[in-house]
Amino acid sequence: MNKQIAIEMKGVTKTFGSVIANNNVDLTVYKGEILAVLGENGCGKTTLMNMIAGIYYPDAGSIYIDGKEVNIHSPADAFAHGIGMIHQHFKLVDLFTAAENVILGNSSGERYNIARVSGEVKQIADRYGFRIDPDKKIYDMSVSEKQTVEIIKVLYRGAEILILDEPSAVLTPQETDRLFEVLRRMRDDGKSIIIITHKLHEVLSISDRVAILRKGEHIATVNTKETTAEALTEMMVGRKVTLNIDRPTPENVQDRLVVKNLSMVDIEGIKVLDNISFTARSGEILGIAGIAGSGQRELLEAIAGLKPLESGEIIFNRPKKNLPVSFYHKSLSDVKALAAENKFHYEDGTPVDLTGMTNREIRALVNEGKILFNEDDVMNLRDKTPLQIREVGVRLSFVPEDRLGMGLVGNMDIVDNMMLRSYRKSHSMFVDRKRPSDLADRVVEELEVVTPSTHTAVRRLSGGNVQKVLVGREIAAAPAVLMAAYPVRGLDINSSYTIYNLLTEQKKSGVAVVFVGEDLDVLLELCDRIMVICAGRITGIVDGRTVTKEEVGLLMTKTDSDTKKEV
Amino acid sequence: MMFLDYILTSVALGMTFLLGCTGEILTEKAGHLNLGIPGIMCIGGASGCLALKYCYGMPGFFVVTLAIIASILGGALMGAIYSFLTVTLKANQNVTGLAMTTFGVGVTKYIMSGMAIDATKNYLYALEYFRAPFAKSTTGLNSWGVMMYLAIAIALASAYVLSRTRVGLHLRAVGENPATADAVGINVTAYKYGATCIGSAVAALGGLYYIMDFMGSVEAYKTIEALGWLSVALVIFTLWKPLVSIVGSILFGMLYLASSIIPSLGINLGMSATPLLQMLPYVVTIIVLVITSISKKRENQPPASLGIPYFREER
Amino acid sequence: MKEFFKKLELPFHVVKRSTIPTWKAMLIRVIAVLAALLLCSVLSIFMINANPIKFLTTMLDGVFGSSRRIWKFAKDLSILLCIALAITPAFKMRFWNIGAEGQTLIGALAAVAVIVYLGDSLPEGVLLLLMLVAAVLIGAIWGGLPAVFKAIWGTNETLFTLMMNYVATGLVSYFLLLWTPSGSSVLGRLDKGHLPIIGHEYLLLIILVLALTALVFVYQKYTKQGYEISVVGESENTAKYIGINVRKVIIRTMLISGAICGFAGFLIVGALDHSVAVTSVGGMGFTAIMVSWLAKFNPLIMIGTSAFITFLDQGAAQITTTFNTDSSFPDMVVGIVLFFIIGCEFFIGYQLKLKSREEKSAAAATAEAAESKGGNE
Repeated sequence: MNKQIAIEMKGVTKTFGSVIANNNVDLTVYKGEILAVLGENGCGKTTLMNMIAGIYYPDAGSIYIDGKEVNIHSPADAFAHGIGMIHQHFKLVDLFTAAENVILGNSSGERYNIARVSGEVKQIADRYGFRIDPDKKIYDMSVSEKQTVEIIKVLYRGAEILILDEPSAVLTPQETDRLFEVLRRMRDDGKSIIIITHKLHEVLSISDRVAILRKGEHIATVNTKETTAEALTEMMVGRKVTLNIDRPTPENVQDRLVVKNLSMVDIEGIKVLDNISFTARSGEILGIAGIAGSGQRELLEAIAGLKPLESGEIIFNRPKKNLPVSFYHKSLSDVKALAAENKFHYEDGTPVDLTGMTNREIRALVNEGKILFNEDDVMNLRDKTPLQIREVGVRLSFVPEDRLGMGLVGNMDIVDNMMLRSYRKSHSMFVDRKRPSDLADRVVEELEVVTPSTHTAVRRLSGGNVQKVLVGREIAAAPAVLMAAYPVRGLDINSSYTIYNLLTEQKKSGVAVVFVGEDLDVLLELCDRIMVICAGRITGIVDGRTVTKEEVGLLMTKTDSDTKKEV
Repeated sequence: MMFLDYILTSVALGMTFLLGCTGEILTEKAGHLNLGIPGIMCIGGASGCLALKYCYGMPGFFVVTLAIIASILGGALMGAIYSFLTVTLKANQNVTGLAMTTFGVGVTKYIMSGMAIDATKNYLYALEYFRAPFAKSTTGLNSWGVMMYLAIAIALASAYVLSRTRVGLHLRAVGENPATADAVGINVTAYKYGATCIGSAVAALGGLYYIMDFMGSVEAYKTIEALGWLSVALVIFTLWKPLVSIVGSILFGMLYLASSIIPSLGINLGMSATPLLQMLPYVVTIIVLVITSISKKRENQPPASLGIPYFREER
Repeated sequence: MKEFFKKLELPFHVVKRSTIPTWKAMLIRVIAVLAALLLCSVLSIFMINANPIKFLTTMLDGVFGSSRRIWKFAKDLSILLCIALAITPAFKMRFWNIGAEGQTLIGALAAVAVIVYLGDSLPEGVLLLLMLVAAVLIGAIWGGLPAVFKAIWGTNETLFTLMMNYVATGLVSYFLLLWTPSGSSVLGRLDKGHLPIIGHEYLLLIILVLALTALVFVYQKYTKQGYEISVVGESENTAKYIGINVRKVIIRTMLISGAICGFAGFLIVGALDHSVAVTSVGGMGFTAIMVSWLAKFNPLIMIGTSAFITFLDQGAAQITTTFNTDSSFPDMVVGIVLFFIIGCEFFIGYQLKLKSREEKSAAAATAEAAESKGGNE
C-alpha cells in the first residue's frame, strides 16, 4: 500500500492500577482511509483512542504524527495536531445553538461574529453532506443532530484525523447510513477516520481496514475486503477459556417472571427496548448477553419498576400452589372471598368450603396452615412503583449496575445500607438496627468482606467488597427473582467466584436468577439459558450448555430481524 | 408634577438595584450564587466614602472618579475572597455568601460610623459632583447623577458582552456546563474568578451610588443590605438578562416607592399599606420564579450549574 | 491574560480525600480557628489598640465574667441552636433552606397575633397553647410552600426561601403598623402569654431547646423518617430504587423544618421578647446555617458550634464596650472566623499532592505546544 501515514502508535501501554488496559499496542492509520477498531467491551479500544485524543497519557510507547514523535497531553494538544475525537457522551452546551457550540473555546484572532460562524458551519455541512441548522438550539435536537454538531465542531477546528467512539450506538439505521455517507466523503477528501465499534456489519460496510483488539492486546489489522464476519468474530472473542464454574442442572423449573412485548423509549424519545419477550424461570440462571448499552440496564430497571414502559406486560407468578395462606398478605375477608371462589384446598386435596364457619374457626385454620392455595398468584407488575411491587408481596431483588449511585449509599455504613431494603418492616416509627446489624455481621463473615468494621462507610471499601455487601443484602431479602447487572465488573478473580457461587446457590434454592454479563466465557459456563440482545431487541435465546462463543458473538452484533427460536 | 417626580425618583432608586443585579447576573452566569451581594454593596459604599474622606478639596471630576475606583476595588476584593473560598477551596456557596454579607455589613458599619468624621465636610460636598448635571434641579431629576448613566452603561455593556462576544459565550458556557467548557479548553477557574470579581465590583458601585448619589446621606448605609437582597431578587425577576433588568429595576424602584405616591393619587390605603407595597417586589419575584420553573422554558432557567462547585477529576 | 493564568498554575494536584482521621479533621479546624483569632487580634491592635492577650481575656470576660453574662450566653446559644435544629433536617436532605429567618419571624408574628387578638379573652394556659399551635402551623406553611414547588416543579429552593424571608418581614411591618395606633410601629412588651418561669428567667427556654436537641438527634438518627432524609440527601436514585417517595419526603421534611422554626419564634415571643419586631430574629436564621453546617448536621455537635458562634458574638461585643469601639466589631470577628472555618473545610475534604517533575514538564510542554500553535495562526 502506497499511502501516507497519518498517525502511528508504537508499543503503547496504559495501565490503571493493576488493570492493564492496553499492552504494547502498535497501530497505523493512513491518510484517506477509514479504520475500524473492533473489540468487545473492555478490550481497551476506547482507552487506546483516548490516548490519541489527549484524555489519557500512555505509560509507555510513542505516538508519531506525520513521522514526527509527539506528546499529546490534553485535548488541546490533540487539536493542535489535527486530531479530534467524538465521544459517546456529547460535550455540548444544551442552551447554545449549533454554531455557538462549534465556536466555543475557539480563540482564533478573528472577531466574534456568530452569523459568520453559522455561514462557515453551513459550508462545512454542505461540503460533506450533513444536514444541520446552525441556529438550532442543542436541546431541540435529536441525537443524530447533536452528533453532527460534534463532528462539525471537530472539522471546524481543522481536524485531519477524526475518531468516532461507537457513532452508531445512538442512531437509527437510516441515520447511520447517512453518517457513513458523510464519513466516506470525508475519507475521499483525504481525512483519516477511525471508528470504534463492535458491530460487524458496520465494520464490513464502511471500513477500509480493521484493527482487532482483545483484552488490551492488538490481535491483528486486516484489510476489510479480505476478511469475513466469522473470521473477525473469532479474532474478537478469541478461543473459549474454561473457568470451571459449577453449573448444576436446574430442578423444579417453573415460569416465574414472564415479560411480554415490552417496549420502552428514553427521555430523548429513542426506542431503547423493542418488543422484548422472555421468561425467567425458577431454579435457573438466565443470562443476558449483549454489547454494553443495548438496553440491559433499561430492561432491568423497567422490571424493577424504576422506569415507565411504553407498552408490554410484566407478569409475575408468585409460587403459591400447595402453600398455606397466611394473614400476612391476606385479610380475613380476602380469605373468605377467595374461598368462595374455590381457590383453596386442604392438605388431602379436598376443596375448602368456609360457609357456616365462625371467624374464629377460620382464623384457627389459617393460623395452623391448613388452608392451601390451589394455584400460583399471577400479578402484573406493569406501572407499579418499587414500593408497590413490595407491597403486593413480590420479592424482587435487584443488583444494579451503578452500585454506589443506586444500590447503596456511599456515605452510610454497612449496617445502614443493609437497612435500605428492610427498614420499613416494623410498624414502629423507629428504625431497628439490630437485625440489619446482625445481617451485616453475617454478610461480612460469610462473604469475607474486608472491612474495618460494619460501621465503615461503604464508599471506603474496595469495589469487590462493595459488591459483596450489595449482593449479600439483595440475597438476604429471600428473593423470588434476583436480577444482577454486571455483578462482577471490576472484581478480582476470587470475589468473582464468590459472586458466581452465590448466584448458583440462589438458583439451587429455587430463585429465578437473571444475570447480565459482559464476559462471554462466564455467561457460557454460568447460565442455563442465554438471551442475547442487540440494540434493544432480542436476537436470540439459546441454551447455555450447547451454544458456542462465536454464535453468541454473532448474535450480539446482529441487527437483522430474523431472531433465533426460543429454546 | 408629583407623579413625574415619583417616576424620576423611582428610576433613580432603581439604579441601585440595577447595579446590584447586573453584578449578580455576571456572577451567576459563571455558576456562582453569590449571597454576599448585600455585604459587597455595603463595602462598595463604604470604600467609596473612605476615598472621599481623603479626596476632600480635589476637583469634582477626580473626587467622583476616585470614589468610584475605590468602590470597585473594595467590591473586587470581596469578590476575590468569595471566589477563593468557593472556586479554589470549593466551599459551599450559600454558606460563604451569607458569611460575606455578615462580614461586609459589619465592616461597613465600622468604617461608616466608627470613624467619627464630619459628614457634611467630608462627604456631602461631593454630592453636587455626583449629581451632575442636574444637581441644582428642584425636581426628582436632581437625583439623576453621573453614576446613573454609568449604571445603565454597565448594564448595556454586560448585555452586549454576554450575548455578542466570545468572552460572553465562554462565560455562559462555564455557568451552563463547566465540564464541556473545560473540555474545549476554556479556563473555567479564570472565568469564574473574573466574573465574580467584576460582578462584585459592579454591585459595589450600587452601594456607593445609593449613599452618595441617590440618598446623599451618610446614614444611608444602614438600608443598603435590604436593597441588596432586592437586587438578588431582581436577578430572578429579570431571568438573568441585563437588558430586562434595566426595566425591572425601575419597576422595583416604583414598587418600593409606591407608598409615597399612592395617597396623592387619591387612593387611601392607610399608613399600614406601605410595608405591603414594599413587600410586593419579593412576592412578584416568587411568582416569576414559580412560573418559570413550571413553564420549563430552557432560556428562562437559572444557569444549569448554579450553586454546584466544579471539580475536574484527575485524569 | 492567558499567559498570566498559565503561570498561575499551581505546582500541586487537588485530590479528593477518601477518608480523614477524626483527630486530623479536628486539628485542621482548631488551627483555622486559632489562625482566625490571631488575625482578629492583630486587627484589633490596629483598629482598637488592644494587645492579643487582652483581646482574648476580654472576650472570655464578656461571656463568662458574671452569672448574668453566662445566662445571657446560654439564652442566645439556645435560640440560635433552636433555629439551627430547625434547618438541619432540610440541609441533611440537601434542601438549601435559607429561609429560617422568615420562618422564625412569621412564627413569632403568629404568636404575638394570638396575644393581641385573644390575650384578653383567654386564660394564660390556653393562650400559650394557641400561640404555640399558631406559630408552629404558620412556620410549617412558610417552610412547606417552597418545598411543594421544589418537589413538584423543581423550583429553586434557595431563591424561593430567601424571598420568603422578606415577605415575612413585610408582614411583620404591616401588622406592627396595624397594632400600634400611634404609627410608631414599635410594639411594647406584652404582658400576656408569658411562659412560666422556673428557677431562672431563661431556664425553661434552655431546657426546652435541649430537649428539642435530643429529639432532633433521635429523629435524624433513629427514626425511619430520619433515615429516609439521609437517603434522599445522599442519593435520589437510591431513594427511588428502594421505593422512597422522594416528593413526600421533601415536603414532609420542610414542614417539620418550618414548624421548628415557628417553635423558635414562639420561644422568642413567649420566653424572651414578649413582642415582635422586624429585627426579632436578627439574622440568626442565617447564622444558624453556619451552626448546622459546621456541625455537619449533627444536633449534638451543634450545641458546640452554636456555643462557639455565640461566644464570638458576645465576646466581641464585650470588646466593643471595653475598648469603646464601634458596635460593628462582633460582625467582623464572626465574619473573619467564618471565612477561616469555611476555607479549612477544603483541607479536610481535599488533599494537595505535589506534582511530580514529569508532570510539570508535561504541563510545560503543553503550554509550549499551545503557544507554537497560537504563533502559527
